[in-house]
Amino acid sequence: MEKNNRKGWLYLLPAAVFLGFFLVYPLIDVFIYSFEEGYNFASQTYFGVGTYNYSYVLHDPYFLQALKNTFILVIITVPVSTGIALLISVGLSSIQKLRDLYQTVYFLPYVTNTLAVGLVFMILFKQTPYTDGLANFVLSWFGAGPVDFIGGPYWAKMFVLCFYTVWVVMPFKILILTGALASVDQTYYNAAKVDGTSKLRIFTKITLPMISPTLFYLIITGFIGAFKAYSDAVALFGTDLNSAEMNTIVGYIYDMLYGNSGGYPSYASAAAILLFTIVLTITCINLLVSRKHVHY
Amino acid sequence: MNYEKIEKAAARRKRLLRIVTYTLLTFWAIMVLFPFYWMVLTSVKSYGAYNSEWIPQLYTLAPTLQNYTDAFTAVPLAGYFTNTILFTVATTAIMLVVTVLAAFAFSRLTFRGRDLVFTLFLSLMMIPNELVVITNFVTITNMDLRNTFTGLILPSVTSVFYIYLLKENFAQIPDELYYAAKVDGTSDLKYLLKVMIPICKPTIITITILKVIECWNSYVWPRLITDDQAYFLVSNGIQEIRENGFGRENIPAMMAAVCVISAPLIVLFLVFRKKIMAGVSRGGMKG
Repeated sequence: MEKNNRKGWLYLLPAAVFLGFFLVYPLIDVFIYSFEEGYNFASQTYFGVGTYNYSYVLHDPYFLQALKNTFILVIITVPVSTGIALLISVGLSSIQKLRDLYQTVYFLPYVTNTLAVGLVFMILFKQTPYTDGLANFVLSWFGAGPVDFIGGPYWAKMFVLCFYTVWVVMPFKILILTGALASVDQTYYNAAKVDGTSKLRIFTKITLPMISPTLFYLIITGFIGAFKAYSDAVALFGTDLNSAEMNTIVGYIYDMLYGNSGGYPSYASAAAILLFTIVLTITCINLLVSRKHVHY
Repeated sequence: MNYEKIEKAAARRKRLLRIVTYTLLTFWAIMVLFPFYWMVLTSVKSYGAYNSEWIPQLYTLAPTLQNYTDAFTAVPLAGYFTNTILFTVATTAIMLVVTVLAAFAFSRLTFRGRDLVFTLFLSLMMIPNELVVITNFVTITNMDLRNTFTGLILPSVTSVFYIYLLKENFAQIPDELYYAAKVDGTSDLKYLLKVMIPICKPTIITITILKVIECWNSYVWPRLITDDQAYFLVSNGIQEIRENGFGRENIPAMMAAVCVISAPLIVLFLVFRKKIMAGVSRGGMKG
């Protein structure tokens, strides 16, 4: 086959330029920024090289708050959303009637604007002088007092954030899990039926092992996604997340970059690198654990 | 006798299980749909009616479209909307050109270092956006491109994943077609436009739709790069409306704005349902 060296590169050029300029160069640059001490955004100068940025970020109470919020969010939403998604997907694949309709409905949150729908959630949960809001109305049926979920106690706010996050990530998980369930070889089920195996046993001994790679993929992407949570929180609590005590690590990075407390790309870079060290570590731990439990 | 009893019990258990399943599925369907219902419902309640409801009403007998008029007159919603359409169309168009050319080079042309470069491209998929956004923000600011469409669009156009997806699809086209075209004296570019693109139209439509969804919902980059309302997209526009528009309490008008913003994507989804779901399950991720 003829070689067309120059032509090949020519076709590749636009993609290479864009990727080089907006992906590769920034990746290298972010490490450099994170070690430049006292970087001044206006004059683009810095005093020296060292690890001060990291120690500043690690001692910043706002960062520690963001770290705590993000960890709580991850620990609650990943198991809850994966569990509910599994339950719903198993339910979905056991029915024939209305299946398409349910699937379409479940996927809707994926295509909606996180910021816009978050506003609806805020209104459902917010307590104002005019009304306690619908969530509190439902709570009152059970005799529970009105709680301000948006501007009130920490755990009420955390609950709404987790609730909304689960609502947002569910479509993706249900879609992937129903796909995995549909691809399990029917002969296993037929064999189990001949043996008169109970439904629960079929689920734990056939279904779960067969979809374990997919389940594991969802857990890993769930962890990564939840660690990068940000716009859900903005949608519910507004752009000033620090004063709402609801900031996330990504929110902290953007606040350092721009906004009221902004103008510090070096602090932002240090925080970003810390975040991805955490994400990488957790992903590696996940991979190690999976070796024992996942059947490929 | 006994056998009949067992059979009956089994049938009853089966029915019970089905009822539980449908209850669970319907419950979640309501959880998903309710916010949308509430959004539409609130948007047609009048300002006075909404604020006099101490106990939220689940329906309204006097719907009004006044809020929609407010949404377009009291705040620059139409401007946000036009900006987003412009941003989405331009970003998607440039992305398509770049992606198609790169996928063509990787799948059809042979040149030195091709496989190595392709591996490098794939490894770029691992780079999280949060790491590169910092430098991009500084770059765009230094180039004086804040509050411009160029600044909004440029960093958003490339997606390695779409190049990969399209390359896989292009590679499935039999070589014989290419040789036949070569014998006829067709140029590479003409072959790409007249043969490869028409054959791979389904994949191209899929990546177009996925990119449109991504553009329509993008929030972080527009928020960082624009502080002039004239360049706001719907995401940071709605945030602006929430924090400064309408006077804080006009929630029905806010909901009207939310409806207007959400409608295009919901319509797009209902039309291309199968394509979108297939595309997302092949590797889409939110965000």
